[in-house]
Amino acid sequence: MAVAKPTAHFPAFENESGKDLHPTKALIKRLVETYGPSGHEEKIRALIQDEIKGLVDTTRVDALGNLIALKKGAGAGSRKKIMLAAHMDEIGVMVTHIDEKGFLRFASLGGVMPLTLVGHRCLFANGVIGAFGRERKDATANEIEMPRVFIDVGARDAHEMPVEIGAAAGFWREFADLGNRLIAKSMDDRVGCAVLIETLRALKKSPHDLYFVFTTQEEVGTRGATTSAYGIQPDIALAVDVTDTGDTPEGLTMAVALGKGPAIKVKDSGMLAHPGLKNALVATAKENKIPYQLEVLVGGSTDARAMQMTREGVPAGVVSIPTRYVHTPSEMVDFDDAQNTIKLLVKFLSEPIKTE
Amino acid sequence: MELLEKLSNARGPSGNEGEVREILIEAVKRDVDEFRVDTLGNLIARKKARGTRKVSAFRVMIAAHMDEVGFLITHFESNGHLRFSPVGGIDSRVLLAKVVLIGQDKIPGVIGSKPVHLTKAKDREQVVETDAMTIDIGAKSKEDAQRAAKLGDYATFATEFGEMGDGLLKGKALDDRTGCAILAEILKRDYPFELFGVFTVQEEVGLRGARVAAYAIEPHAAFALESTVCDDGPKTKDVSPVTRVGAGPAISIADGTMIADKRLVNLLIETAKTNRIPFQFKQAITGGTDAGRIHLSKTGVPSAAVSVPTRYIHSPVSLLSKKDLENTIALMVKALPGVPKAIGEQ
Repeated sequence: MAVAKPTAHFPAFENESGKDLHPTKALIKRLVETYGPSGHEEKIRALIQDEIKGLVDTTRVDALGNLIALKKGAGAGSRKKIMLAAHMDEIGVMVTHIDEKGFLRFASLGGVMPLTLVGHRCLFANGVIGAFGRERKDATANEIEMPRVFIDVGARDAHEMPVEIGAAAGFWREFADLGNRLIAKSMDDRVGCAVLIETLRALKKSPHDLYFVFTTQEEVGTRGATTSAYGIQPDIALAVDVTDTGDTPEGLTMAVALGKGPAIKVKDSGMLAHPGLKNALVATAKENKIPYQLEVLVGGSTDARAMQMTREGVPAGVVSIPTRYVHTPSEMVDFDDAQNTIKLLVKFLSEPIKTE
Repeated sequence: MELLEKLSNARGPSGNEGEVREILIEAVKRDVDEFRVDTLGNLIARKKARGTRKVSAFRVMIAAHMDEVGFLITHFESNGHLRFSPVGGIDSRVLLAKVVLIGQDKIPGVIGSKPVHLTKAKDREQVVETDAMTIDIGAKSKEDAQRAAKLGDYATFATEFGEMGDGLLKGKALDDRTGCAILAEILKRDYPFELFGVFTVQEEVGLRGARVAAYAIEPHAAFALESTVCDDGPKTKDVSPVTRVGAGPAISIADGTMIADKRLVNLLIETAKTNRIPFQFKQAITGGTDAGRIHLSKTGVPSAAVSVPTRYIHSPVSLLSKKDLENTIALMVKALPGVPKAIGEQ
């Protein structure tokens, strides 16, 4: 019997190069379409390393796989060590069992919701694509529980199996450009990675030593930020991540909406943002007439939680990109929000920072 | 094996690991260069790098936890019964009608349950929570009970270690006295790097001992040796047991607290294949080990976890296979010398 071979290279989408897109949209497309579930960030890290080549003074990769890029500051007295974190990892699944007929059972890496899996596809590191199926097709939506969902990679049985126990997969879905709005898997937090990369590009000079950190394993418990923040020992820490919105029908009771600018975090379920830092961000937005909104997120947190608690504590805040349908294969952001986030960061990092 | 018997019968719920630590000090003191007990009670045994191709500046930490799940006495009832709180994760369904030993004097007690004659069908469908249970030590009154036991005394299951079936071992606290016995065996050999064998405290209540030990040691690589979940009993459908008894050491790719370092996982797999040591993967991302804390210590530590599949853990009696135990020792002893190279230190 023929053994299914993994495809030699990753399956390509239409317009793979994204050549007709706005350069930032093309960057987001490259980032979101790259494989990288938690703990499996090698490919996405290599892509980001490539994107920031020439934009920073040094880069290194630490024990947990965080990519730490330093852009040295030019300032004297008011120079601070600032850590900016966007996580490279995306939510995903990991194979725990292969049954006789060749179906895969899995555990989740990060907050995967069973209801959003069924009918979608996943991509393994070796290029194999799988479909999510479920037991009991007569079950109602409320009855779709994780143990009843499985992955079908098209294998005829367990012996003709192109993936192994422990293999991890992310969602597989093409980036879609709707004009002002963009849809893709893993906007959480590749749009944050894109914002950091574009900030690096746009930033002429800064008085501060800027550590751009592309972190690992955020989705399983802000683990990469924990160790990278310890190593950097920053004076100020900022996470750039996505946040939920309250602007969809019968949505969350939350005052964040798409298109109203970057959301400056006040609080989420893992941290209270440093008030001085939050106010400094608001002041920068106001001075430069950049639209912004304040964010209180009821469920969820970011790398800022880990950075804030490292060593003897660090003033930490978050600039969020409002995102609908977070942790589904179709996360939606507003392109103006992304660009305004870049603008806000560039302005903020170009000046001395007062956080008292 | 003798050591595991002693360790399993010894009593040491989280925070009360002294008896277990004494046994381990006696067991390892001649095999290590030095040992110390830290503030939280971790036993840290150090072995210097040895051999011609040694990398003295490379530190490896191996953790196995000394503590077991158990109970704390929290209240005396007027009729002489004792109320208790579980220490660590215990399913209340395994507690009714079990014998426990209380305090250092090992006062025997029984977790009482209503006889079947007196229960209604409705009662039997419900789980009795631990706060509705009491320990009966045969006292006639509160005062009588207070003479025998003190508030805050710890209690453990009373199971005696033994052999059974075809090469199986049974006992209480095999999670993680098994790891302790394996670590003691590992410490008998020499390695080309500095090895810290750490017998940790308070794993069952939140990986607490490992956190401070790793902070002090600053290892370049780490392993947790564990006794892990096993559910290889009959199943009605083709879904995975987390591990299988007799199928060899279980290597964790990920669990609830860590995604294991791929270089170390590959080293373990390659070592097992080269030396024809059977192995399996832990097929669930649940539970956690000391490595969950160690790998996040300071700037991060490449870490992995290797476990002996053990049926019925966190209950009065668990079962494991002697062969799995031996194969776990063999796998670790063969794999360890390759750790510096796997991590990229020549």
